[in-house]
Amino acid sequence: MIEIDAITKSYDQTVVVDHVTLTIEPSSVCAVVGTSGSGKTTLLRMINRLVEPTSGAIRIDGEDTRNTHAYELRRKIGYAIQGHGLFPHRSVGQNIATVPKLLGWDKDKTRARVTELLELFQLDPAQFRDRLPRELSGGQQQRVGVARALAAKPNILLMDEPFGALDPVIRSKAQEDLLTIQRQFETTIVLVTHDMEEAIHLGDKIAVMDEGKLLQFASPQQIISKPATPFVAELIGTGERPFKLLSLARVGKFVEPGSAEGDPIDISATLRDAYAELLWSGRAALPVSEKGQVIGKITLDQLSSHARPQ
Amino acid sequence: MVWPNNPAGAGCRAGPYRRHIVFVSEILSEKTGGRMSDTQTAAKSGFILPRFDKLGVLIAVIALGGVLLPFMIFRANRIVLGEPRMIFEALATPEALVLALLLAAGMVIALLRFRAGLKLAASLIILIALFVLVGRSAYFLTPPDDNFARISPGAGFWLLVFAFALLAADALTRLRLKPWPRIGILALVALAFGILLATGSLNGVSTLKEYATRADRFWSEAQTHVLLAFGSVLIATIVGVPVGIISFRLPKLRAALLNVLNIVQTIPSIALFGLLIAPLAWIAATVPGASLIGISGIGVAPALVALFAYSLLPVVSNTIVGLQSVPEAANDAAKGMGMTGAQRMGWIELPLAFPVILTGIRIVLVQNIGLTTIAALIGGGGFGVFIFQGISQTAMDLVLLGAVPTVVLAFAAAVVLDAFVEMTSTGKPQ
Repeated sequence: MIEIDAITKSYDQTVVVDHVTLTIEPSSVCAVVGTSGSGKTTLLRMINRLVEPTSGAIRIDGEDTRNTHAYELRRKIGYAIQGHGLFPHRSVGQNIATVPKLLGWDKDKTRARVTELLELFQLDPAQFRDRLPRELSGGQQQRVGVARALAAKPNILLMDEPFGALDPVIRSKAQEDLLTIQRQFETTIVLVTHDMEEAIHLGDKIAVMDEGKLLQFASPQQIISKPATPFVAELIGTGERPFKLLSLARVGKFVEPGSAEGDPIDISATLRDAYAELLWSGRAALPVSEKGQVIGKITLDQLSSHARPQ
Repeated sequence: MVWPNNPAGAGCRAGPYRRHIVFVSEILSEKTGGRMSDTQTAAKSGFILPRFDKLGVLIAVIALGGVLLPFMIFRANRIVLGEPRMIFEALATPEALVLALLLAAGMVIALLRFRAGLKLAASLIILIALFVLVGRSAYFLTPPDDNFARISPGAGFWLLVFAFALLAADALTRLRLKPWPRIGILALVALAFGILLATGSLNGVSTLKEYATRADRFWSEAQTHVLLAFGSVLIATIVGVPVGIISFRLPKLRAALLNVLNIVQTIPSIALFGLLIAPLAWIAATVPGASLIGISGIGVAPALVALFAYSLLPVVSNTIVGLQSVPEAANDAAKGMGMTGAQRMGWIELPLAFPVILTGIRIVLVQNIGLTTIAALIGGGGFGVFIFQGISQTAMDLVLLGAVPTVVLAFAAAVVLDAFVEMTSTGKPQ
């Protein structure tokens, strides 16, 4: 659990982060959204003390972060940034082993962990361990960057626009991978992004920031259906609201008995995908399949009722 | 772009056809090292040239000039005015014929677009032949039992050496050799000249006659020269790199320090040597023990101090530039993962800045090998001793005895350090 308590950062007269208070539950993903200059990155960097707060406190599992040395604190917290920040002169394996080496892990343990992580991120260890970062594609570099952040099995992972430099196809794959890994290891993730779509997709909770202030801290459903200020509404985009709401739920929860004409949709698809398919094919209902078997249908009427605040 | 024999056929769609052309031209540009292919050049200039090499034309013109100028200079004694000797006067006819044929072949090879390997081989053979034949010519031109005659290479010889050294350098650039092979070629060339000198085949040449009468002095001055040039760079590195690191971390100090070092760099070298005489003499006279460790107003000490002062700016500024060039994201990630300041410096910043720092060291080393010749003016010794003696006696042979080894030393240092810079900048040494 991360408790951020009235944290403030100001440089001379400029207040960058203004009395932000929020609590991030263990094993959840908190997405911090805002335009550039909103103070979201500064907020993130105060958690691992890359920026020292002017006032206020941050507690991790009840322990004030100022009670440990900054560098010791950072070794316990994963950190991944936009453009991956890999060390260009060190191999993929050495990059991933950075924090274990700092913590003084023995060689075998470190090597085993690097192998495990490379496999987890679908990078063949035999092929990738000794390559230099510049010999990898952008998507591979980004995966190594996240693998490096997770190397010492941190409970908390801080990510600053980690997918910002990726093209859309690789980006959505990377987002899925991150969610899978987050569920597997129950890591608490704080992720900074300027992209509301990404925040809604990844966040259990979303913190919206503007001009240093926290405007709203709530679940994606609440943010979409009850935006606290006009600015939050603007970030979501009023025309986009129904579709964003639909994108939060999966088909599986809304299957009705019966069947329908045409190609089926998989049970794991989002309501938004189902809605798009209905409109595109001009049907009123879609068959729903699970592992190739049709198990029911989903109707346009039902979707329409879920595309607005409940 | 003119593209004969459209390989994709006439009726194909524009898309794949265009892709095909891009693909082929990429391969071409890879093979020719980014140069335009012949067809491209011809198409651009609007008429078809024979396969001439542009630099080759220049080389052939220089070589032709070399052939037309005197190959050797004959002087009845050390200081009289020389008489020119053309190739066929300077060598026995068979040897002159061989040289003429070699030069003709070399010019043709330089002119046309042959493979770089062939050009390199041709230029090296001709260079070796030139030096061997200069040695032969010296014996050929020296009257029997005459110890006063001085035979030295003429302007023609030097132009020919320049032309074919240019050809060799161009071929080496095109071959894009890896660092170790480059050092290997340097070692082979050094070995070839070593053999030429050791076998005495050049002993008839005037400069080596000067050497013969002062061999001991030559080697002791060589030692001083190397000591001054390398020693000053070593001290500048030991001092300059930490100073660079500190001033990188303290921007206020950086600005002031770089200004001071910039001013030092602008002082003419002779003036700097001169300026140091008074303070060092004062130190030698007043600080106890200073004169015992060799500090004095003239001699090695002021030379070393001046050379050190000149070296400091490039080392310090390259250290700063190198540290500044470390990717910010890498540095931020290092900090965010919990590296301490010292760990970042040792693991990330210095290794990434190292090639740039090494480039700075290469610059000052080559610069100081040359500058050290001036140390002779204040009694510091080195190859400059022969240069200034030669100038005062109007004996060019003696000047060359100091100048040639200096140039060779600087050139060798540049090649070796360039190779090191390349090895370190690939991230990992091969």
